[in-house]
Amino acid sequence: MLRGALGKTFRLLGYTIQYGCIAHCAFEYVGGVVMCSGPSMEPTIQNSDIVFAENLSRHFYGIQRGDIVIAKSPNDPKSNICKRVIGLEGDKILTNSSSDFFKSHSYVPTGHVWLEGDNLKNSTDSRYYGPIPYGLIRGRIFFKIWPLSDFGFLRDSPNGYRFSDD
Amino acid sequence: MAQSQGWVRRYLKAFCKGFFVAVPVAVTFLDRVACVARVEGSSMQPSLNPGGSQSSDVVLLNHWKVRNFEVQRGDIVSLVSPKNPEQKIIKRVIALEGDIVKTIGHKNRYVKVPRGHIWVEGDHHGHSFDSNSFGPMQQPFKGQSKLTMEYLTFY
Repeated sequence: MLRGALGKTFRLLGYTIQYGCIAHCAFEYVGGVVMCSGPSMEPTIQNSDIVFAENLSRHFYGIQRGDIVIAKSPNDPKSNICKRVIGLEGDKILTNSSSDFFKSHSYVPTGHVWLEGDNLKNSTDSRYYGPIPYGLIRGRIFFKIWPLSDFGFLRDSPNGYRFSDD
Repeated sequence: MAQSQGWVRRYLKAFCKGFFVAVPVAVTFLDRVACVARVEGSSMQPSLNPGGSQSSDVVLLNHWKVRNFEVQRGDIVSLVSPKNPEQKIIKRVIALEGDIVKTIGHKNRYVKVPRGHIWVEGDHHGHSFDSNSFGPMQQPFKGQSKLTMEYLTFY
Protein backbone atom coordinates (compact mmCIF):
# COMPACT_ATOMS: atom_id res chain seq x y z
CA MET A 1 0.00 0.00 0.00
CA LEU A 2 2.88 2.35 0.80
CA ARG A 3 4.41 1.65 -2.60
CA GLY A 4 1.12 2.52 -4.28
CA ALA A 5 0.84 5.82 -2.41
CA LEU A 6 4.49 6.66 -3.14
CA GLY A 7 4.00 5.87 -6.81
CA LYS A 8 0.94 8.11 -6.95
CA THR A 9 2.81 10.97 -5.25
CA PHE A 10 5.67 10.76 -7.70
CA ARG A 11 3.28 10.65 -10.63
CA LEU A 12 1.45 13.72 -9.30
CA LEU A 13 4.77 15.52 -8.82
CA GLY A 14 5.81 14.61 -12.32
CA TYR A 15 2.61 16.00 -13.83
CA THR A 16 2.91 19.19 -11.76
CA ILE A 17 6.45 19.79 -12.97
CA GLN A 18 5.49 19.04 -16.56
CA TYR A 19 2.48 21.36 -16.62
CA GLY A 20 4.36 24.02 -14.68
CA CYS A 21 7.09 24.00 -17.31
CA ILE A 22 4.57 24.13 -20.15
CA ALA A 23 2.90 27.09 -18.42
CA HIS A 24 6.25 28.85 -18.04
CA CYS A 25 7.05 28.36 -21.73
CA ALA A 26 3.60 29.60 -22.72
CA PHE A 27 3.78 32.76 -20.60
CA GLU A 28 7.38 33.49 -21.50
CA TYR A 29 7.33 32.84 -25.24
CA VAL A 30 3.71 33.03 -26.38
CA GLY A 31 1.55 35.24 -24.17
CA GLY A 32 -0.89 35.40 -21.31
CA VAL A 33 -3.74 37.15 -19.61
CA VAL A 34 -2.90 40.28 -17.62
CA MET A 35 -4.89 42.49 -15.29
CA CYS A 36 -4.00 46.16 -15.50
CA SER A 37 -4.40 48.61 -12.65
CA GLY A 38 -4.03 52.35 -12.56
CA PRO A 39 -5.43 55.31 -14.46
CA SER A 40 -2.49 56.07 -16.73
CA MET A 41 -3.89 54.40 -19.85
CA GLU A 42 -7.44 55.79 -19.77
CA PRO A 43 -9.59 55.82 -21.83
CA THR A 44 -8.04 52.91 -23.74
CA ILE A 45 -7.53 50.68 -20.69
CA GLN A 46 -9.40 51.40 -17.47
CA ASN A 47 -8.45 50.36 -13.97
CA SER A 48 -8.80 46.57 -13.38
CA ASP A 49 -9.38 45.69 -17.02
CA ILE A 50 -8.25 42.26 -18.14
CA VAL A 51 -6.28 42.13 -21.37
CA PHE A 52 -4.40 39.60 -23.46
CA ALA A 53 -0.68 40.14 -23.95
CA GLU A 54 1.59 38.39 -26.45
CA ASN A 55 5.35 38.00 -26.18
CA LEU A 56 6.19 37.01 -29.73
CA SER A 57 6.71 40.60 -30.92
CA ARG A 58 9.30 41.20 -28.26
CA HIS A 59 11.36 38.14 -29.18
CA PHE A 60 11.25 38.93 -32.88
CA TYR A 61 11.92 42.66 -32.26
CA GLY A 62 8.64 43.62 -33.92
CA ILE A 63 7.40 46.27 -31.47
CA GLN A 64 6.19 49.32 -33.39
CA ARG A 65 5.18 52.89 -32.71
CA GLY A 66 1.67 52.99 -31.28
CA ASP A 67 1.82 49.53 -29.65
CA ILE A 68 0.75 49.22 -26.03
CA VAL A 69 3.44 47.29 -24.18
CA ILE A 70 4.05 45.85 -20.74
CA ALA A 71 7.53 46.61 -19.43
CA LYS A 72 9.47 46.23 -16.20
CA SER A 73 9.32 49.43 -14.22
CA PRO A 74 12.67 51.28 -14.37
CA ASN A 75 12.31 52.32 -10.73
CA ASP A 76 11.33 48.93 -9.34
CA PRO A 77 12.34 45.73 -11.14
CA LYS A 78 9.63 43.71 -9.42
CA SER A 79 6.68 45.65 -10.83
CA ASN A 80 5.42 46.11 -14.36
CA ILE A 81 4.14 49.16 -16.20
CA CYS A 82 1.72 49.36 -19.09
CA LYS A 83 2.26 52.20 -21.57
CA ARG A 84 2.14 53.02 -25.26
CA VAL A 85 5.27 53.20 -27.43
CA ILE A 86 5.54 56.75 -28.75
CA GLY A 87 9.03 56.56 -30.22
CA LEU A 88 11.59 53.96 -31.23
CA GLU A 89 15.36 54.47 -31.40
CA GLY A 90 16.32 57.48 -33.45
CA ASP A 91 12.88 59.12 -33.33
CA LYS A 92 12.42 62.78 -32.49
CA ILE A 93 10.30 63.25 -29.35
CA LEU A 94 8.50 66.38 -28.10
CA THR A 95 9.58 66.65 -24.49
CA ASN A 96 7.15 69.34 -23.39
CA SER A 97 3.41 69.86 -23.77
CA SER A 98 2.05 71.44 -26.93
CA SER A 99 0.91 74.55 -25.05
CA ASP A 100 4.50 75.78 -24.52
CA PHE A 101 5.69 78.28 -27.06
CA PHE A 102 9.20 76.93 -27.51
CA LYS A 103 9.04 73.27 -28.46
CA SER A 104 11.97 71.23 -27.25
CA HIS A 105 12.91 67.97 -28.96
CA SER A 106 15.14 65.11 -28.04
CA TYR A 107 16.11 61.96 -29.87
CA VAL A 108 15.55 58.46 -28.53
CA PRO A 109 18.96 56.75 -28.10
CA THR A 110 19.79 53.42 -29.78
CA GLY A 111 18.36 50.37 -28.07
CA HIS A 112 15.74 52.45 -26.20
CA VAL A 113 12.03 53.29 -26.54
CA TRP A 114 9.94 56.24 -25.40
CA LEU A 115 6.77 55.31 -23.53
CA GLU A 116 3.78 57.45 -22.64
CA GLY A 117 0.43 56.64 -21.07
CA ASP A 118 -2.74 57.63 -22.92
CA ASN A 119 -3.92 59.64 -19.91
CA LEU A 120 -1.22 62.31 -20.26
CA LYS A 121 -2.37 64.27 -17.22
CA ASN A 122 -2.09 61.31 -14.85
CA SER A 123 0.77 59.16 -16.08
CA THR A 124 4.35 58.67 -14.89
CA ASP A 125 6.15 57.68 -18.03
CA SER A 126 9.18 58.55 -20.16
CA ARG A 127 8.42 62.25 -19.72
CA TYR A 128 9.42 61.66 -16.11
CA TYR A 129 12.14 58.94 -16.21
CA GLY A 130 13.39 59.21 -19.78
CA PRO A 131 13.58 56.56 -22.50
CA ILE A 132 13.83 52.97 -21.28
CA PRO A 133 15.98 50.20 -22.80
CA TYR A 134 14.22 47.84 -25.21
CA GLY A 135 15.28 44.91 -23.02
CA LEU A 136 12.81 45.93 -20.30
CA ILE A 137 9.78 45.31 -22.55
CA ARG A 138 7.97 42.11 -21.56
CA GLY A 139 5.08 41.89 -24.01
CA ARG A 140 2.58 43.64 -26.25
CA ILE A 141 -1.09 44.10 -25.33
CA PHE A 142 -3.43 43.80 -28.27
CA PHE A 143 -6.81 42.52 -27.08
CA LYS A 144 -9.14 43.38 -24.22
CA ILE A 145 -11.11 40.57 -22.57
CA TRP A 146 -12.88 42.30 -19.66
CA PRO A 147 -15.17 44.25 -19.27
CA LEU A 148 -17.27 42.57 -21.92
CA SER A 149 -18.73 45.90 -22.99
CA ASP A 150 -15.28 46.83 -24.27
CA PHE A 151 -14.32 43.43 -25.67
CA GLY A 152 -12.08 43.52 -28.74
CA PHE A 153 -8.91 44.94 -30.20
CA LEU A 154 -7.51 48.07 -28.59
CA ARG A 155 -7.99 51.52 -30.04
CA ASP A 156 -5.30 53.75 -31.49
CA SER A 157 -3.79 56.47 -29.40
CA PRO A 158 -6.15 59.34 -28.57
CA ASN A 159 -3.07 61.60 -28.48
CA GLY A 160 -2.17 61.42 -32.16
CA TYR A 161 -0.28 64.71 -32.06
CA ARG A 162 2.43 63.13 -29.86
CA PHE A 163 3.75 61.18 -32.84
CA SER A 164 6.02 63.63 -34.63
CA ASP A 165 6.15 63.29 -38.41
CA ASP A 166 9.50 63.72 -40.05
CA MET B 1 0.14 -5.36 -42.22
CA ALA B 2 -2.07 -4.04 -39.42
CA GLN B 3 0.63 -4.93 -36.90
CA SER B 4 3.33 -2.75 -38.52
CA GLN B 5 0.93 0.20 -38.76
CA GLY B 6 0.10 -0.14 -35.08
CA TRP B 7 3.83 -0.12 -34.36
CA VAL B 8 4.33 3.20 -36.20
CA ARG B 9 1.39 4.82 -34.43
CA ARG B 10 2.64 3.75 -31.02
CA TYR B 11 6.09 5.06 -31.84
CA LEU B 12 4.73 8.48 -32.91
CA LYS B 13 2.58 8.67 -29.79
CA ALA B 14 5.58 7.94 -27.56
CA PHE B 15 7.68 10.47 -29.46
CA CYS B 16 5.08 13.26 -29.06
CA LYS B 17 4.62 12.45 -25.39
CA GLY B 18 8.37 12.59 -24.82
CA PHE B 19 8.74 15.76 -26.87
CA PHE B 20 6.10 17.65 -24.95
CA VAL B 21 7.67 16.65 -21.68
CA ALA B 22 11.32 17.14 -22.55
CA VAL B 23 11.21 20.45 -24.41
CA PRO B 24 9.23 22.56 -21.89
CA VAL B 25 11.17 21.12 -18.94
CA ALA B 26 14.51 21.80 -20.63
CA VAL B 27 13.51 25.32 -21.68
CA THR B 28 12.19 26.13 -18.20
CA PHE B 29 15.37 24.80 -16.64
CA LEU B 30 17.58 26.90 -18.91
CA ASP B 31 15.48 30.00 -18.27
CA ARG B 32 14.91 29.71 -14.55
CA VAL B 33 17.74 27.67 -13.08
CA ALA B 34 21.00 27.87 -15.01
CA CYS B 35 22.49 27.84 -18.45
CA VAL B 36 25.91 27.88 -20.04
CA ALA B 37 27.38 30.72 -22.06
CA ARG B 38 30.61 31.51 -23.84
CA VAL B 39 32.37 34.76 -23.03
CA GLU B 40 33.78 36.85 -25.85
CA GLY B 41 35.81 40.01 -25.69
CA SER B 42 38.42 41.41 -23.37
CA SER B 43 36.43 43.77 -21.15
CA MET B 44 36.59 41.46 -18.13
CA GLN B 45 40.30 40.62 -18.25
CA PRO B 46 42.03 39.24 -16.27
CA SER B 47 39.05 37.62 -14.51
CA LEU B 48 37.42 36.26 -17.67
CA ASN B 49 39.13 35.50 -21.01
CA PRO B 50 42.69 36.04 -19.82
CA GLY B 51 43.91 34.36 -22.98
CA GLY B 52 42.30 36.93 -25.23
CA SER B 53 41.06 35.71 -28.60
CA GLN B 54 42.91 32.39 -28.39
CA SER B 55 40.64 30.86 -25.77
CA SER B 56 37.13 31.87 -24.74
CA ASP B 57 36.00 31.06 -21.25
CA VAL B 58 32.78 29.14 -20.73
CA VAL B 59 30.70 30.20 -17.74
CA LEU B 60 27.66 29.00 -15.85
CA LEU B 61 24.90 31.60 -15.59
CA ASN B 62 22.98 31.08 -12.36
CA HIS B 63 19.44 32.37 -12.96
CA TRP B 64 18.07 30.95 -9.73
CA LYS B 65 20.23 33.26 -7.63
CA VAL B 66 18.82 36.43 -9.20
CA ARG B 67 15.13 35.46 -9.26
CA ASN B 68 14.46 38.19 -6.67
CA PHE B 69 16.85 40.65 -8.33
CA GLU B 70 19.24 40.52 -5.38
CA VAL B 71 22.87 41.06 -6.25
CA GLN B 72 25.85 42.09 -4.17
CA ARG B 73 28.63 44.49 -5.02
CA GLY B 74 31.36 42.52 -6.72
CA ASP B 75 29.12 39.93 -8.42
CA ILE B 76 29.70 39.29 -12.10
CA VAL B 77 26.41 39.52 -13.97
CA SER B 78 25.18 39.08 -17.50
CA LEU B 79 22.84 41.78 -18.86
CA VAL B 80 21.02 42.76 -22.01
CA SER B 81 23.04 45.54 -23.62
CA PRO B 82 21.22 48.90 -23.39
CA LYS B 83 22.53 49.87 -26.79
CA ASN B 84 21.54 46.70 -28.63
CA PRO B 85 18.80 44.48 -27.17
CA GLU B 86 19.99 41.50 -29.20
CA GLN B 87 23.34 41.39 -27.41
CA LYS B 88 24.27 40.35 -23.91
CA ILE B 89 27.21 41.78 -22.00
CA ILE B 90 29.03 40.43 -18.93
CA LYS B 91 30.20 42.95 -16.33
CA ARG B 92 30.85 43.28 -12.60
CA VAL B 93 28.43 45.06 -10.23
CA ILE B 94 30.33 47.96 -8.67
CA ALA B 95 27.54 49.85 -6.92
CA LEU B 96 23.88 49.39 -5.97
CA GLU B 97 21.05 51.93 -5.69
CA GLY B 98 21.88 54.86 -3.45
CA ASP B 99 25.66 54.46 -3.72
CA ILE B 100 27.85 57.27 -5.05
CA VAL B 101 30.35 56.16 -7.70
CA LYS B 102 33.59 57.83 -8.76
CA THR B 103 33.50 57.35 -12.52
CA ILE B 104 36.25 56.74 -15.07
CA GLY B 105 35.66 58.54 -18.33
CA HIS B 106 32.02 59.48 -17.66
CA LYS B 107 30.77 63.01 -18.23
CA ASN B 108 30.12 63.50 -14.49
CA ARG B 109 32.90 62.89 -11.98
CA TYR B 110 30.60 61.49 -9.31
CA VAL B 111 27.26 59.77 -9.96
CA LYS B 112 24.62 58.72 -7.46
CA VAL B 113 22.99 55.47 -8.56
CA PRO B 114 19.19 56.02 -8.75
CA ARG B 115 16.57 53.71 -7.25
CA GLY B 116 16.14 50.45 -9.14
CA HIS B 117 19.51 50.84 -10.94
CA ILE B 118 22.99 49.36 -10.59
CA TRP B 119 26.43 50.49 -11.75
CA VAL B 120 28.46 47.94 -13.70
CA GLU B 121 32.03 48.03 -14.93
CA GLY B 122 34.31 45.65 -16.75
CA ASP B 123 37.52 44.65 -14.98
CA HIS B 124 39.61 45.83 -17.93
CA HIS B 125 39.16 49.59 -17.51
CA GLY B 126 39.41 51.53 -20.72
CA HIS B 127 38.53 48.52 -22.88
CA SER B 128 35.04 48.09 -21.55
CA PHE B 129 31.62 49.27 -22.71
CA ASP B 130 29.99 49.67 -19.31
CA SER B 131 28.28 52.18 -17.02
CA ASN B 132 31.11 54.62 -17.64
CA SER B 133 29.69 54.84 -21.17
CA PHE B 134 25.95 54.35 -20.75
CA GLY B 135 25.32 55.40 -17.15
CA PRO B 136 23.61 53.40 -14.41
CA MET B 137 21.77 50.32 -15.62
CA GLN B 138 18.14 49.39 -14.88
CA GLN B 139 18.03 46.34 -12.76
CA PRO B 140 16.44 43.33 -14.47
CA PHE B 141 19.35 41.45 -15.98
CA LYS B 142 19.83 37.97 -17.34
CA GLY B 143 21.67 35.95 -14.78
CA GLN B 144 24.59 35.72 -12.45
CA SER B 145 27.83 34.20 -13.58
CA LYS B 146 28.81 31.93 -10.73
CA LEU B 147 31.40 29.50 -11.96
CA THR B 148 34.03 29.62 -14.64
CA MET B 149 34.51 26.17 -16.13
CA GLU B 150 38.19 26.63 -16.88
CA TYR B 151 38.77 23.15 -18.15
CA LEU B 152 36.28 23.66 -20.96
CA THR B 153 38.13 26.56 -22.61
CA PHE B 154 38.19 26.26 -26.37
CA TYR B 155 41.44 26.49 -28.27
